[in-house]
Amino acid sequence: MNKKPLHIDFQKDGVSLDFSGELTLYNLTQAQSLIETNTLSNTQKIIINLEQVQYLDTAFALFLTDIQEKYNAEIQCGNKNFLHTLALTKEHKKRLDTNDNIHKKNIIEYIGKTFYESYLSFISFVEFLGKIFTSFLLYFKSIKNIRIKEIAFEINESAVRAFGIVALTSFLIGLVTAYQAAYQLQRYGGNIFIVDMMGISIFRELAPLITAIVIAGRSGSAYTAQIGAMKITQEIDAMRTMGFDPYTFLVLPRIIALIIMLPILIFVSDMMAMLGGIIVADLSLDLTPSLFLDRLSEVVAIKHFYVGLIKGPFFAFLIASIGIYRGLMVKDDTQSIGFNTTKSVVESLFAVIVCDAIFSIAFTNLGI
Amino acid sequence: MELIKVKDVKTVFGEKVVHDGLDLHVDEGEIYGLLGPSGCGKTTLLREMVMLQEFEAGSIEILGKKIENISEEDAQELRRKWGVLFQFGALFSSLTLAENIALALREYSTLSEAMIQEIVAFKLDLVGLKPSDAFLYPSEISGGMRKKAGIARALAMDPKLLFLDEPTSGLDPISAREFDELILQLRSMLGLTIVIVTHDLHSIYNTLDRMAIIDNKKVAYEGSLEEVTSVKNDFIQTFFRDKI
Repeated sequence: MNKKPLHIDFQKDGVSLDFSGELTLYNLTQAQSLIETNTLSNTQKIIINLEQVQYLDTAFALFLTDIQEKYNAEIQCGNKNFLHTLALTKEHKKRLDTNDNIHKKNIIEYIGKTFYESYLSFISFVEFLGKIFTSFLLYFKSIKNIRIKEIAFEINESAVRAFGIVALTSFLIGLVTAYQAAYQLQRYGGNIFIVDMMGISIFRELAPLITAIVIAGRSGSAYTAQIGAMKITQEIDAMRTMGFDPYTFLVLPRIIALIIMLPILIFVSDMMAMLGGIIVADLSLDLTPSLFLDRLSEVVAIKHFYVGLIKGPFFAFLIASIGIYRGLMVKDDTQSIGFNTTKSVVESLFAVIVCDAIFSIAFTNLGI
Repeated sequence: MELIKVKDVKTVFGEKVVHDGLDLHVDEGEIYGLLGPSGCGKTTLLREMVMLQEFEAGSIEILGKKIENISEEDAQELRRKWGVLFQFGALFSSLTLAENIALALREYSTLSEAMIQEIVAFKLDLVGLKPSDAFLYPSEISGGMRKKAGIARALAMDPKLLFLDEPTSGLDPISAREFDELILQLRSMLGLTIVIVTHDLHSIYNTLDRMAIIDNKKVAYEGSLEEVTSVKNDFIQTFFRDKI
């Protein structure tokens, strides 16, 4: 196969391209470059000689048809099979010439399409919210409609099993914030103010956000992947045809489970972060735990704790609904699950932070 | 010339024996069918032939190479000489049809981009797809088109041997007959040898030259359609009862 596939023979009255051996796509480039370096002109008479060829594949046949058309060459070939292959490629060329209108996108079309698609996806999210709302109403029509078993299962799956990771993360965050603050406070001799600072920042902001971030990364992404996989295997279609509404069986139990559990998780987070604070205060600021707790009940109003908990159900709704919505958007290909899971986490984190900002402004203006 | 020789193949899944002493051979240029009841191991045999699955004992020889103790280099060379169409096409979903077909050409040859595009257009045309389909993703096309594109991908490197796993399943009768036509055309145009796993009685009558019927872990019948009904076997008698 390493033999040269082509020998160019310059004669008085023209050029003969003598091909030999097995002509396949592996030695096509070799022949191509040989022809390009020996500049041929249309005026000469060119003969493509295939008498010495043992095998011809379609890729090479396409190439031969190209040269034949370009230089108006003549083909010499005794083998019926090769002529057949060449005829096949020629026929294809003819057909290709007649419908050669391949559409290429330009930038404006591209921008327009992207914009329109994001508009459509917004509309479909609104539609999704509407469906959730109507399914909620159905739930409340009769106690029987509520899928207690599914809700309990989801509570265990996406919240109870997350206690460990939420507790650990919060404890570390409490430790770190307290430690950084302790160093600054010590320089002013304001050791005792660590309690005020920790109380307000953890209860109001940090605990709800940390919990939401962990749950979005852990349970929100799981929702997308689970429901996406169910969509690919047509399980959701099967449920619909059997009369099981996916919204009552899959969507609402997950949303309700998170709405119930997120405030509880935030409470766990509050306690663990505070524990981290107490330990740091004791070790590096010589503030005994009992002093810390006395001061805490004195200066930090209970409203800060409630403000943190109130955010829970809202964050839960955002995380669960975005996760599920992304899962339902999964299309019938393998890339789609990964793409939508990434989007679900990014979008739900963004939504949680926007929601937190809105709460912050609202509560401040209300004087809470 | 025998392109595929299967001798005494034994396949075991855990406790279950799938094949035991299975023999058959495929000649050059023929369309060969693997038939049999569900769960008889037709697809398993096909997977063994294309080295996706190992077998317990026996020997399979493909294009002169015994695959049970083949070196990695030979295996790689063999893989370029055959094309495989999976039941659901198994197109790479992140690539367009054109990219799917061009993939092997890009990886294994030194062809210029223009030449690759030309080959891709030719292969698409060969299986009856439109040039504009080249830019679609597998998720955007129908099941029948996916199978056609799967064949175009299998044909990209001009293989000598083509394996088709249930090519007409899931297609409507008209598309299925068109597909039979396509298989026959490809054989006569490109001189392919084709091995088909199928259940489709129409396809069997339309396309096959010879076939092996696998039943009870062995080949119950190997040969042409004419003599098949004379074999005393429950599956064969039921399957071929209604002549078309």
